[in-house]
Amino acid sequence: MPLKRMHFQFCLQTSYKAAIKVSAALKQGHITPTELCQKCLSIIKKTKFLNAYITVSEEVALKQAEESEKRYKKGHSLGDLDGIPIAVKDNFSTSGIETTCASNMLRGYVPPYNATVVQKLLDQGALLMGKTNLDEFAMGSGSTDGVFGPVKNPWSYSKQYREKRKQKSHCENEDSNWLITGGSSGGSAAAVSAFTCFAALGSDTGGSTRNPAAHCGLVGLKPSYGLVSRHGLIPLVNSMDVPGILTRCVDDAAIVLGVLAGHDPKDSTTIQDPVKPFVLPSLTDVSKLCIGIPKEYLTPELSSEVRSLWSKAANLFESEGAKVIEVSLPHTSYSIVCYHVLCTSEVASNMARFDGLEYGHRCDIDVSTEAMYAATRREGFNDVVRGRILSGNFFLLKENYENYFVKAQKVRRLIANDFVTVFNSGVDVLLTPTTLSEAVPYTEFIKEDNRTRSAQDDIFTQAANMAGLPAVSVPMALSNQGLPIGLQFIGRAFCDQELLTIAKWFEKQVQFPVIQLQELMDDCSSVFENEKLASVSLKQ
Amino acid sequence: MAAPMLRLCCPGRRWALACIDGCSRHRRGAPNGCTSSRRRGQSSVAQQPFITAQKPRKGEHEWAAVVGLEIHAQISSKSKLFSGSQVHFAAPPNSLVSFFDASLPGTLPVLNRRCVEAAVMTGLALNCRINKKSLFDRKHYFYADLPAGYQITQQRLPIAVNGSLVYSFCAGKNRSQVINKTARVKQIQLEQDSGKSLHDDLRSQTLIDLNRAGVGLLEVVLEPDMSCGEEAATAVRELQLILQALGTSQANMADYEIQRQINELENGGEILNETRSFDSKLGCTIPMRDKEGKQDYRFMPEPNLPPLLLYDTESLPAGADPQQVIDIDRIREQLPELPSVTREKLVQQYGMLPEHSFTLLNEVGLLEFFQNVMKETRAEPKKVTSWVLNTLLGFLKQQNLAVSESPVTPSALAELLNLLDRKAISSSAAKQVFEELWRNEGKTPAQIVSEKKLELMQDQEALEQLCHAVMEGHPQVVMDVKKGNPRAINKLIGLVRKATLSRADPTVIKEILEKKLAS
Repeated sequence: MPLKRMHFQFCLQTSYKAAIKVSAALKQGHITPTELCQKCLSIIKKTKFLNAYITVSEEVALKQAEESEKRYKKGHSLGDLDGIPIAVKDNFSTSGIETTCASNMLRGYVPPYNATVVQKLLDQGALLMGKTNLDEFAMGSGSTDGVFGPVKNPWSYSKQYREKRKQKSHCENEDSNWLITGGSSGGSAAAVSAFTCFAALGSDTGGSTRNPAAHCGLVGLKPSYGLVSRHGLIPLVNSMDVPGILTRCVDDAAIVLGVLAGHDPKDSTTIQDPVKPFVLPSLTDVSKLCIGIPKEYLTPELSSEVRSLWSKAANLFESEGAKVIEVSLPHTSYSIVCYHVLCTSEVASNMARFDGLEYGHRCDIDVSTEAMYAATRREGFNDVVRGRILSGNFFLLKENYENYFVKAQKVRRLIANDFVTVFNSGVDVLLTPTTLSEAVPYTEFIKEDNRTRSAQDDIFTQAANMAGLPAVSVPMALSNQGLPIGLQFIGRAFCDQELLTIAKWFEKQVQFPVIQLQELMDDCSSVFENEKLASVSLKQ
Repeated sequence: MAAPMLRLCCPGRRWALACIDGCSRHRRGAPNGCTSSRRRGQSSVAQQPFITAQKPRKGEHEWAAVVGLEIHAQISSKSKLFSGSQVHFAAPPNSLVSFFDASLPGTLPVLNRRCVEAAVMTGLALNCRINKKSLFDRKHYFYADLPAGYQITQQRLPIAVNGSLVYSFCAGKNRSQVINKTARVKQIQLEQDSGKSLHDDLRSQTLIDLNRAGVGLLEVVLEPDMSCGEEAATAVRELQLILQALGTSQANMADYEIQRQINELENGGEILNETRSFDSKLGCTIPMRDKEGKQDYRFMPEPNLPPLLLYDTESLPAGADPQQVIDIDRIREQLPELPSVTREKLVQQYGMLPEHSFTLLNEVGLLEFFQNVMKETRAEPKKVTSWVLNTLLGFLKQQNLAVSESPVTPSALAELLNLLDRKAISSSAAKQVFEELWRNEGKTPAQIVSEKKLELMQDQEALEQLCHAVMEGHPQVVMDVKKGNPRAINKLIGLVRKATLSRADPTVIKEILEKKLAS
């Protein structure tokens, strides 16, 4: 094996963890964009059983890699993302590439335009590897409820997790006990976590980027509402949706955010003020920081392991001189129920366009327009989507509007004000858990229905969406089971850079281990066979 | 800033009819029912069937109308309300449809500045309070030509409220008494139009044209302050003129609809909640589609549009980009002259009768025609008014033509009136010239006059000779005059005129004859 190639193999699993590093290698010519693209494509094939991708855009990616290679040869690289493989959640419109939202309703739908965020990445020379799996229309917290089946967490196959399991001498079939990624951006999380790409776009309405990031040992950033364009993102809840960023390190998230942030004339809710490119400083002194620990987030459901890591993190800041104080967000407990009303109402409205007329699925029934609508929507949407449409329409009825929707909006304001009060008292960032526990096995997860799961799993993440605040989940350590646990930082509105700076400091302190997928990469064919059997048996 | 052009289209309306019987069981004017159009928001009047307690037999009751109106004016902007698609009439189907108009998932509305300016302008012209903050809402219903499944409108907080529309009509003998009435303007809201469904019954399919989907509309809601079809029609006409002063407009459906409802009630029928559209060819309204009983539109704030903020000179943020903000005061300064002011000016400037000023404004293009004639003629304004309102308008009406289609141009009429003014031709000759002009054979009035030898005889001597000859030829008539028969002279005048081929001024003939008879 030539030296360069060996170097590449090495880098991929270790120092090439970060896009920022591979970018340097591209610039120095250690590897070419095409080589990098092909390597990622081969990993995508090897990890197909993870079900991370709905569509792999191999040809597009190779063509983009070729273009990128030409630029590098001429010394005209477009920037840090030129030639870097990325993936995009399948609820962002991609011109000429099928965009399904993991729903029968949009099977075969090929948008004629790119979402602004996709276009911005492509304009920087990024390589689009494919469209990643999700819960249908991003409604879920496990990435288990899409029409293309559940996404498997790469950590299920990590050396770290497997060794722990062996120690505990479980005799059950290992492969049938794979873990969920969290969701709804589980495909994006799995894609980044399994090294099929360096960064991925998720979407975050109640935690859909941060939750899978925590479960897959990644950095998951939900930027401030209004900082990043939603044009082309197929909406769940317009007033809370934000394109999310999943990367393997904080610096990468900052690079991607720097590219995506800013006003978009096509999205009237984006900020008008110009956004300067992000340059993330390395923080050396945290003594001037004030970290808030919201007491309401200490819930009984929180696993002891997460709780102890949370206090360990607080201690870490304190020991380095930061002021760590307990704060109160008194309306937190109303957040989930309030979210439920607002979310389903907007869902009911947003889903009204899917009638089978202009695009997407259309049933064969042609008795009347109404009959066609009904059958099309029944065939096109899964139970979760239909359930939310039903409740949303109930809340929006004239007789219910005041009692539900208006009240929920008022509560939303109270929740947002809670944050304003805390930040006005001098707190720089809030430190909270991202999830209640580490990732659970699929068999465990599906014991509860989607609604219950979403309510439980969004508990720490969802208030930031209500308030439009930036929040980032940073992996801290592995649990006793060898699975990643992430913690969340919530910042002031539009102080995304400050938030990431603190996250970067924290990341450096905790030195979260790299996922070890060597076995998986070396011998994925057998895994693939086993997985196939496993999933068949599960369905029965 | 160019004035936004407005075009009135298919007015929706809110009717409320109150039955009056001898015992006054029904309070006059109490609304006990209404219809409202499908995409036109909830009516402010309670929606219930018209006849509830009793169904009157034909002729038993008198029905009094209380008329409220919802008028939809299509904003003549270059592009649609929330997308960049062009607005054109009669473009090939589905050729003016952006991704947003087709409701492709992920697309977002971007508000058209022109449409906002048009709404502010209209609000100011209708004495409304302009809301410095207004909101957009989604109004949901499933219909094939509504791609998103909802219409973006302004239900909770519209752009303009609490205005008034002053309209006047002429009444009394000779219609010379001007009566002023006021209808309150409840609100003006911005909203999207829907697309168009074309039903092919033969193949039992519906074809959708989305060219119109998303075109900006102004909905002007008038309180039920009008008591009859004529009032409503006059109010609509005045509104139309106001919108025209800012742009253009057409359509009127008031009179027919109210009569239809009265007939229906007297025949014992029930008025269904339905949207009716006005068919100008048939001269009647026709049902468009069922109102589907009690429709719950499940209104919700439009989350993709931030509140629409407007400013005035006081609140304008320092250093604001004029392209990013709308200054109400600036629009107010640029407001064009409104029809009521124009009419007043006509009356004052030309000593015109008020009813004439109404007629001039009510016909599209007639005022402009009049003003163009005035520019080129020395004739008295009263003369010009008379010729424009009587002769020209009469010819136009007879042939059902619009002013713009008149074969006689303002310049030609001005030239004709100049000839008349300097007594080059007689009034009757002028009528003849006008008829020639109407035939539109490309000749000028002067050419026609000279070809047809229509000039007035100016030669005093020749006239005197003619008079002399006539007197000589008709001694009996001369005798009659001398005996004191006052009518006999008219016969002589007629005979002289005949001899001049009607080219002489009768007053001049009379003068000569009198002189000769006295001598």
